[in-house]
Amino acid sequence: MNSVGPISQPPAARLAHETGLGRFASHMRRGEFWWRVMIWALLLAGSVVMIMPFLWLLTSSFKPEMDIFLFPPKWIPDPWRPQNYSDALTYKPFDIYIKNTLIIVVLNMVAVIVTSSMSAYGFARIKFWGRDFWFVLVLSTMMVPYFVLMVPQFVIFSRLGWIDTFKPLVIPIFFGGGAFNIFLLRQFFRTLPEELADAARIDGCSEFRIYWNIMLPLAKPALAAVAIFTFLNGWNDFIGPLLYLNSPEKFTVAIGLATFRSVMRTRYDLLMAASAAMILPIVVLFFFAQRYFIQGVVLSGLKG
Amino acid sequence: MATATQPIASTAPKLGWFSSLPSATRRTITGYLFIMPFVLGFLFWFLAPALVAVWLTFTDWNLIRAPRYVGFDNILRLGTDNLFWQSLKVTILYTLASVPLGLVLALLLALLINTKVRGIAFFRTIYYLPSIVPAVASAVLWAWIFNTEFGLLNAILRYFGIARIPWLQDPDYALWALIMMSLWGLGGSMIIYLAGLQGIPDVYYEAAEIDGAGRLRQFWNITLPLLSPVIFFNLIMSIIGTFQVFTAGFLITNGGPQNATLFYVLYLYRNAFEYLSMGYAAALAWVLFLIILVLTLLIFRYVGGMVHYEDNA
Repeated sequence: MNSVGPISQPPAARLAHETGLGRFASHMRRGEFWWRVMIWALLLAGSVVMIMPFLWLLTSSFKPEMDIFLFPPKWIPDPWRPQNYSDALTYKPFDIYIKNTLIIVVLNMVAVIVTSSMSAYGFARIKFWGRDFWFVLVLSTMMVPYFVLMVPQFVIFSRLGWIDTFKPLVIPIFFGGGAFNIFLLRQFFRTLPEELADAARIDGCSEFRIYWNIMLPLAKPALAAVAIFTFLNGWNDFIGPLLYLNSPEKFTVAIGLATFRSVMRTRYDLLMAASAAMILPIVVLFFFAQRYFIQGVVLSGLKG
Repeated sequence: MATATQPIASTAPKLGWFSSLPSATRRTITGYLFIMPFVLGFLFWFLAPALVAVWLTFTDWNLIRAPRYVGFDNILRLGTDNLFWQSLKVTILYTLASVPLGLVLALLLALLINTKVRGIAFFRTIYYLPSIVPAVASAVLWAWIFNTEFGLLNAILRYFGIARIPWLQDPDYALWALIMMSLWGLGGSMIIYLAGLQGIPDVYYEAAEIDGAGRLRQFWNITLPLLSPVIFFNLIMSIIGTFQVFTAGFLITNGGPQNATLFYVLYLYRNAFEYLSMGYAAALAWVLFLIILVLTLLIFRYVGGMVHYEDNA
């Protein structure tokens, strides 16, 4: 962070100017060249800081165990030990953890796509008595931190006999799929032209069919964004599985990695390999679905 | 609206009794059917737990024995519980340091990646990626980076001739280490800023350019005001976020050394699931809720006035 720290106000101001300068780029003024060089240098310095932990993770994950405890550290593993990965992923039953995580995550995605979009459609396209009241509730639940209701929710789930099952991590999502997703999809549905729905209504189409057959297919980009964020949250979730899953055969990847750590306090080579393996699907997902990530951010209501 | 939906009554006779209802009633029924998942979810997983939380606050219960009514004991206990105040102090300190730092750095990065220079897509990706790394993986990685003997950070410091720092063992450093780590993940706010920056029309800058306004003036008078709703959004979201930091404190330092990283929600978690005092944990949760509510209201009251809303006429 140090290399980004010392930037003071003037360069920022110049950059803001740079933004607006897009159209003037053809007649570059004196000094413009040096601004570009400086911006590029800053970008590079910042990215070195951001990328360093990843490189450190990767190099540590390929090192033989004894080389990990060298100071100052070597950057290039010698010899390369890709076996760290297979060792790490078999030391604990990560195949089971991955399967468990995927079951939870896929069910979450189905829940969000179906029930969030349904609620969102109701809020966006139907004018009914009490709608604004309920929408204010959507917004308020969005502002209430998870930890505020963690304890009573645990009490309720334990009364239902749901502890040590996937149920607390899956079933509640089928009830609207989270306020944030409802909000995001509502914003999207509001941008779709009303004429489409009106035409269908005149043809005697029921509201549900308008939603299911006309609006939902049009909302694919927004649904993709929501689905991807749901995948991310499910894959990354730690506190939920920590509270509700006790038996090792029900663990998710996040819990597997966390307990792995306490088992092998010193096997940093394997620990790093397991961490890298957990990050990899996220990075791959990002590269394939980059535009949906951005879409999700833009939809989250900056122009609410 | 009423006239627009009129045709349904005449052209959709197959709906039977439903179509004989007044159109406003029909719309209300349809509307509630659509938002039914949320309504039920709100009742089951939000309102019911809130009521349970009220009840828990006045009981002494360890999940096994029968719950016992204890009146205001749990609330009174807060006043004399040193660990409660310690966890509050840690969380406020963390918030005061990481929120302003994160907001300013994320804005600077957003300004940087909003430029049109070569390879900008690559830089955007690099800055954003750390923010979507799973919290557990990031905790494992940073624990290793902060390792006193063999960690990356001390290796870099050694290059500058600085002696090893016991980042996670020294109470004076541990919280700062976690703040540093949190800054790695500022890509989330950065992307939100970027979306905001890209929403500012070029014409403003062009007009300012013609009027001879310099870069600094353009930033102060155009970028900052037009971006203020986004800054405000990020401010509130970051504060709500810092009050919920759990994984780093739980996995990297486990609250230590000497409770220097005992985050509020970690203390709440311990009370509920390690000491099994559900009643006291519920009281802690109410306090968390009140703190966030009051902070949000204060920010809306005192900072909200500075936010510039554009007339989208």
